[in-house]
Amino acid sequence: MTQPKAIEVKSVSKNFGTYQALKSVSFNIGSNEFFTMLGPSGCGKTTLLRMLAGFESPSSGSILLNGREVVDIPPHRRRVNTVFQSYALFPHMTLEQNVAYGLENLGWDGARIRARVGEMLERVHMTVMAKRKPAQLSGGQRQRIALARALAPEPEVLLLDEPLSALDLKLRQAMRDELRTLQRDTGITFVFVTHDQEEALDMSDRIAVLGGGEVQQIGTPTQIYEEPVNRFVADFVGETNFLDVEVLEVAAGQATVRMPFGAVFTAPATGHTTKGRATLSIRPEKINLGDQAQGIAFEGQIVNKNYMGGYTHYTLNVRGTELRASRRNASREGDTIESGATVPVGFVAASARVLAA
Amino acid sequence: MTMDTLHLPFATKRASGARFWRNLSFWGLLPSWLLMGFALILPIAIIAAVSVATRGAHGGFTWDFNLAGYSQILFNEGWTGELEFTPQYLMIIARTFLLAGATTLICLLFAVPVAYFISRQPPSQKAILVYLVTLPFWVSMILRVYAWMIILGKEGTLPRLLENLGFPPGMSFMFNDGATLTAMVYTYMPLMVLPVFASIEKLDGTLIEASHDLYGDRWVTLRRVILPLTAPGILAGAILVFVPSLGAVLEPTLMGGGKQMMMGSLIQLQFGGGRNWPFGAAIAMTLMAVVLIFLIFTALRSARKETAK
Repeated sequence: MTQPKAIEVKSVSKNFGTYQALKSVSFNIGSNEFFTMLGPSGCGKTTLLRMLAGFESPSSGSILLNGREVVDIPPHRRRVNTVFQSYALFPHMTLEQNVAYGLENLGWDGARIRARVGEMLERVHMTVMAKRKPAQLSGGQRQRIALARALAPEPEVLLLDEPLSALDLKLRQAMRDELRTLQRDTGITFVFVTHDQEEALDMSDRIAVLGGGEVQQIGTPTQIYEEPVNRFVADFVGETNFLDVEVLEVAAGQATVRMPFGAVFTAPATGHTTKGRATLSIRPEKINLGDQAQGIAFEGQIVNKNYMGGYTHYTLNVRGTELRASRRNASREGDTIESGATVPVGFVAASARVLAA
Repeated sequence: MTMDTLHLPFATKRASGARFWRNLSFWGLLPSWLLMGFALILPIAIIAAVSVATRGAHGGFTWDFNLAGYSQILFNEGWTGELEFTPQYLMIIARTFLLAGATTLICLLFAVPVAYFISRQPPSQKAILVYLVTLPFWVSMILRVYAWMIILGKEGTLPRLLENLGFPPGMSFMFNDGATLTAMVYTYMPLMVLPVFASIEKLDGTLIEASHDLYGDRWVTLRRVILPLTAPGILAGAILVFVPSLGAVLEPTLMGGGKQMMMGSLIQLQFGGGRNWPFGAAIAMTLMAVVLIFLIFTALRSARKETAK
């Protein structure tokens, strides 16, 4: 990233009693970036977000906001706003008053506040509801008011704490697009926290995968999905098959491996790969069946079949090793492979990935 | 509390079932009705009757209708029988409201931070702290007031402490409104802390974070988020402190020295040494009327707020 840094997190640790929630975490977030912190619950992502907001302070390390150390600056003096998971709209205020709250505290004059509130309500399509109270809104509407309220003061950074988790599926998809558009239009740095990998892949410029209080990998959605650096990332983001393989040779980011059922081939490998035991990760949709089989070819028996409409998921038995494959039902007759059948199976070596055991 | 929380007994299809439930609710509530009747309504009725009776020549009263008790609050009967306006009792009423109001206000100022602090503690300590707040209730009120006399009086703890710090000896903080107020604030404080604590406890902590996040400092957050959302608890606490403060007898008598009266001690005096029962009853009825108007007003206000939501 050549962009200026909006946020620099430097060796930040956080202990709660004897529990270490964050273990010397460091990364940068660029200006105007849609940055996602992705991880299972307890990975430290929410703690990190709360530190950026100022609700928690790190046990050690420092946090810079546009080059300025903010660890000792209280939340109300950070140009950072948060969209809370529960929205945290003030129940005793109208939507208008909710959106105006931050602006009033910043000391804007009345006319400017009115103009800005009107503009923000317009932007989230809530103008007609301006005089209502939060209790009269649906979940999606509350979400939009929470966004308007947090964006109104034009913060340097907008923090979003799993804001879509309380919405139903259709609405969530619509809000993803709306969030992405808002981020592009406003040019404000968004830091988004989620445990939903699909959300992260869909919206982010870059993703930091967190696990066990550490940053496991930072990269673009494609890098995270296609080039996971370890088992944790490959497992947490998307579905995958892990196969125990033996590394015969390592050279220039490639490793020559032998599969449990005999095949030997060369596939991309992480930097840590050494000769000996390793794990091969291959995603189900990269394993092709029947007439589509190509690349490293072998045979497998269909053990189980789950028809999902657009896709069918197959569980295969390849000489004692279980493999999961998925196949797009590209035509009406797409789903023709029957359970119990023995079919040709294959994958392109370049789409597999060798990880440390 | 809204009306729909008062559920009628189950509507059963059979009429006999309905009658059974009606009977049950009648017999079940009978003890409460009897208690209310004998311990609350009957005494009030008696006092109301006495307030319009005629004062007896040697104390007591006779059942002759007479509004002298009420007129005495405002007027004094001169030698020739004409009524002259006298502010004497009005002053006592005003003093009473002033002291009760001050008690309520001071209790509020102390109770809000205390309640806030308790609500921020881990659950195990919360229980202990709430218990500590109620602890004074376990000791007789007279003993607690005497304890204050020992602290504030001549040769008391506080004057001695000040003497050691170089202040002139022999200071006393007793027998004035300050002493009365101190004891009243101390006595009624728990009645304020508990409802305020209950409403702060219910307050969603992320709203406070949201306020800080939106550039609100502590003061703004208190004024614009915490206070409006805990107003029901604060109002409940204020009523619980203000109403009994109006009727306080012990504190003004023991701490204030009894020279400067409050309504409670004035009423007591009329039934005791003053031997003017109708007048005492009239003041008591006036006090009750004022309290009722105050309560109805606040109830209406919160009901209106409830429907506005």
